[in-house]
Amino acid sequence: MKNHVLRPLWLAIAVVATVLIAREFLVPEDFGVHGDSFTYNFYRLSNVQEWKDFQVKYQGRERCARCHEEQSENNAASMHAIIQCENCHGPGVDHPKKIKKLPIDGSRELCLRCHQKLAYPSSQRSALPGIDGETHKKKKECRKCHDPHFPDLEDA
Amino acid sequence: MSCSRRDFLKQTVASVAAAAMPAATFVFLTPEQANAMVGDSVRRWIFLVDTEKCTGCGLCVKACKIENEIPYDAPVSRTWVERYVVTKDGQTYIDSPNAGRDGFTTGEIRGEAIDPENIEKAFFVPKLCNQCDNPPCVQVCPVGATYQTEDGVVLVDRKWCIGCGYCIMACPYGVRFFNPVTKTAEKCNFCYHRISKGKEAACVQACPFEARRMGDLKDPNDPVTKIVMTERVQVLKDEYGTKPQVFYLGLDERVR
Repeated sequence: MKNHVLRPLWLAIAVVATVLIAREFLVPEDFGVHGDSFTYNFYRLSNVQEWKDFQVKYQGRERCARCHEEQSENNAASMHAIIQCENCHGPGVDHPKKIKKLPIDGSRELCLRCHQKLAYPSSQRSALPGIDGETHKKKKECRKCHDPHFPDLEDA
Repeated sequence: MSCSRRDFLKQTVASVAAAAMPAATFVFLTPEQANAMVGDSVRRWIFLVDTEKCTGCGLCVKACKIENEIPYDAPVSRTWVERYVVTKDGQTYIDSPNAGRDGFTTGEIRGEAIDPENIEKAFFVPKLCNQCDNPPCVQVCPVGATYQTEDGVVLVDRKWCIGCGYCIMACPYGVRFFNPVTKTAEKCNFCYHRISKGKEAACVQACPFEARRMGDLKDPNDPVTKIVMTERVQVLKDEYGTKPQVFYLGLDERVR
């Protein structure tokens, strides 16, 4: 066969071979179809473990209760029992080892997330005790008068 | 080639019978894909949102952003809460300021005051990744950087993602976004690191009203599975055929 026909053919074969060899080294061993479907299960298997190892930040009230017994018991008896400690105190991930004291969010904005009155007839929001943040003791932090761990003022 | 009269008739009858069978015969599953083909040990994570219980406090969004290291002030979020206000004159107002991260502390919607007397109904709808059984975002990924795990969660491989953004365009729910820190596609993954350690997802744990719950579709005794199987639940954009695994209680027709 003539040379000018063969030359591009060798070139094409060389390109394909290079790609195949490079692929051997670049694609991780665990990359492939792991499951029923090529469409949905074509991936690098070790990534699943990488995601499982992602750091957990929020620990849950059970862990808080191990040390802070009194506050947990108080809170559990109040109407705020449904609220997680970390919703106001922040995630407890490095507490107490690295972060000695968690920064407490005592802002009005935090309380108003639930207790700003919104006149929504069909929503659970209107079933919560609410105030108008614009008129009710505007400059004061809520916790100056209301105990967040035991907010039921009437019984106090 | 020989073909006896008997064989010919046999084969004809068989092929006519096969052709007459509707394609639907082979795909008549659902009641949640026959409880996600019960049996083998792996789980199938599902999510249940009770919109009747949501009060729009936004603690779920806050917890999600911190838990999953999503830049707090960037206008992106793995989950968000929408507010719908329907007025008596038939108008619908929808908003989700900062994805609902700071809750809803004013009656104004997009700077517009709404007369409380004029409100017919109003409600909050939390949204997150639907972890579809047929995820269109996974189909379009050109490099195999996003996939469905065997327990049904769609994950993004941050090392493998090239940030082309196809998946962001493909998601009919607008759940995916570009993570400005990792420079990869980003989405809710049901807090995969938490649920695989036996913890609740961050948003589920943070919700004071149990508006967000998670369950395992393969466990028939799971309380969430029981609700999904026996009560009237809805999914978002069913017509896309994506088979979402986030189920909603009390969804309004205005929610898309």
